[in-house]
This record gives sequence, structure tokens and C-alpha cells, in this order.
Amino acid sequence: MLCLVLFCVGIYGILKNRNIIKIIVGITIAEFAINLFFILVAYRRDGRSPLFSPDETISPMVDPLPQALVLTSIVIGLATTALLVALAMRLHGKYGTYDIARIKELRG
Amino acid sequence: MLALYILLTFMIIGAVVAVQVKDVLSSVIALGAVGLGLCLVFLILKAPDVAITQLVVEILSLIILIRATLKRDLPHVPSGGWWIPTAAGIGFAAILLLVAVRCFPDLPVFGEPKLRVAQHYLNSGLEETGATNLVASVILDYRAFDTLGEVTVLFAVVVAVLVIARPVGRKKLDQVEEEFDE
Amino acid sequence: MNSDHSPGMTIIVKTVTRLTAWLILLYGIHIILHGHVSVGGGFAGGVIVALSFIHLMLAYGKEMVFKRISKRRISVWATVGALMFLAIALAGWTDGYFFRNFLPPEQPFHLFSAGTIPLGDIAISLVVWAGLFAVFVALVMLRPDGEDKNEP
Repeated sequence: MLCLVLFCVGIYGILKNRNIIKIIVGITIAEFAINLFFILVAYRRDGRSPLFSPDETISPMVDPLPQALVLTSIVIGLATTALLVALAMRLHGKYGTYDIARIKELRG
Repeated sequence: MLALYILLTFMIIGAVVAVQVKDVLSSVIALGAVGLGLCLVFLILKAPDVAITQLVVEILSLIILIRATLKRDLPHVPSGGWWIPTAAGIGFAAILLLVAVRCFPDLPVFGEPKLRVAQHYLNSGLEETGATNLVASVILDYRAFDTLGEVTVLFAVVVAVLVIARPVGRKKLDQVEEEFDE
Repeated sequence: MNSDHSPGMTIIVKTVTRLTAWLILLYGIHIILHGHVSVGGGFAGGVIVALSFIHLMLAYGKEMVFKRISKRRISVWATVGALMFLAIALAGWTDGYFFRNFLPPEQPFHLFSAGTIPLGDIAISLVVWAGLFAVFVALVMLRPDGEDKNEP
């Protein structure tokens, strides 16, 4: 489906860019695509969201298991992004640029 | 289903804009638009917990990313050797799509998941745990071990960020160099 | 971020923040406590509570927020939350296996049904909120050119 195209756009963005911030943007787009794929697997046609309500209407619900996994994954993705941004800011403080080609040249 | 495809197309266009545009601040704002589209797609796919978490986490990551790009806007300078990463990217995408098309018939049809384990959660979740939110009962009662692992990962990342973002300690800089010169 | 002029943003932002920051905090606590009845859970609620404090910090400048919450005690809150979650996990050992929900489930749709789930929610929200606020404080204090202006 179309979420694979989103994932490919993200990976292409990681490989092509030279600015570190845009590499982080590409990683975040790839992570969105993966979470979307999990929730797409869990969808049942004409299903309800997995919450009960006071009026007891029994109708088929969507799959709650991948939703729990994706909930965890989103918060961990935020932590990863924060770590990458902290690393990028440290690199900028040390080398004065965000360009990864020039960071590779200035060694030591 | 039409709204799903329209939103997915919007997300793909937003992602292409975020990757291609030269200005870093515009790229981050396009990332925000893609995240908002993703939250709406989660709402269409009947997952309200995930949609709320995605929206709030998107806001926080936008704040952190904009903090890194303020006042430090560098022009994106393409130099020689540009066709190697482009060819690598297109080659990787082609291989991924080929493999995915060959394994799509093995996945269940869209809209009819095989609920082998989750059928038990749906049927007896209310009596066994007493929680009406089934997703919360899955992450905190049936699969609480995964949640313990996730709290550990979060804690480790917070400690790592605090170590990275600390200014150069309590010693002065010349004392640190003195220790290294010995 | 804005160390040249007077701390914080314009007066429109400050007046609106005075209204909305407490609303966001209350909404976050509501989502944390009602994690097992309706939408929410510990993760989203913890992030919302952290966002309310970041909202205050963005509108008013760093120093005014640090008078309320000390810089060193944020990590203490995160550790308390993580250890509380581990304690709830180990307390389930007394009944059966590792994470057994040992409090008896009462009638649903009330606030304190479902055993250990609300306690786990509160512990998770403590870890998430304190962790994310500490991360944001660390990223704000990091000077752009790497010099050490503020002590940890």
C-alpha cells in the first residue's frame, strides 16, 4: 500500500541530504510510515474503536494489540529524535556547521 | 476509504516537500504537516489513543527541532558526487517495492485481520481486568513487560541526553587539558 | 533563545498563557487518571503535562519557571516514577507470576476499578513528564557555540 511509498521517501531523504537536521526529518518520516503500517494491519472493516461505552452494543472492534505496540513506539521515537537533536547541537558547537561532508573532513 | 487515500496522498506530498526543500525551517514545518495528516489517518482507522499520543508527540518533536534550527540556518549546498546517493536511494526503493509486492499476498486482506490472540483480549478483557479501555488493559496488564522495557528505554535516553547536553563539567578547561597532557 | 531583550514573549502571549497553561495541566491530569476508562493512558497524559510546563517556559522565559521547579529535582521525580513502576511490577509477584493484577476488579466505569492499571498509569506519567521536561531544560540550556555559560 501507500505507506511503503512514504517509507521509501523517508529513506531517500536520509540518503540524499547533507544537512543533519534534514536527515533527522527523514528518519522521522520513516518512523511515521512504520507506525502507519502497523495500524493499517489492525483495521477491521466496519469496526469500532476498542473502548466500551455505557450502552452495551456488541459490535466487532478493531484489533487492540498493534495499537498498544504503536503507542509505545511513538513515545520511543520522540526520545530518539530528542537524542539525535542533542547530538546535532553538540556537533554544531564543536564544528560550527551542520554539513556532514565538512564534519567528516575536520577530524580531531 | 476515499478519505484515507486522500490523506495518504497529502502525506506523501508533504514528505516529498520536507525532503526536497532547501530551507531547513520549511522542512520542519512540512514535517509538522505530515504528522498532522498521520494523526487524522489514525482517527479514520479508529484508534483514538494512538491519535492523541501522535498529536502531542508531534508537537513536542516540532518544538525540539525548531530549537535546533533557530538562528543557525545554513544554505544547502549540493556539491560534486550527488548522483551516488540518489542512485542508492532509488535502487533501495526499487528493491523494497519489488520484495513487498511479492509478499503482499501473504498478508491478510485489508479489513479482515487474523485475530488469533487478540480475540481472547476482545472477548474476556472486560471481565478479567475490569478496564473499559482495552488498549490500556493490553499495555498495562496483558503485556506489561513490554511497558517495563519501554520505560527503561525512555529513562536511558533521558539520561543520555542529560549527559550529552551538559556543559563542560565543574572543572575548568585548563585543568582538563592538564590531565590529558600527562 | 531570547536573551537580548526582556525575558519572555509579548504581552499578548503572556496573558493568553496565563489562562491556557493551567487548562492544559488539568486536561493532562484528567487523561492520566482516566486512562483505563476512556482514551488516554500514561504516555499521552505525561507528554501533555510536560507540554504545559514547556508552554509556561516558552512564554515567560527560563528564570521564572525555575523558581517553581528546581533544576536538580526534576531527575529525582523521574527516578521516583521509574522505581514506582518497578515496585508495582514486583508487588505482583506475591500473588502468582510476574505482573499479576492482584487487586480485585470492581465494577467498571468507575474511577478506581481495574486494579493496578491506574497506579501503573500514574507511575508512567511521572517518568514521562519528568524525563521530557529534563530533556527540554537541557536542550534550552545548551548554548549554541558550546561554551559553558550556565552551570548544571
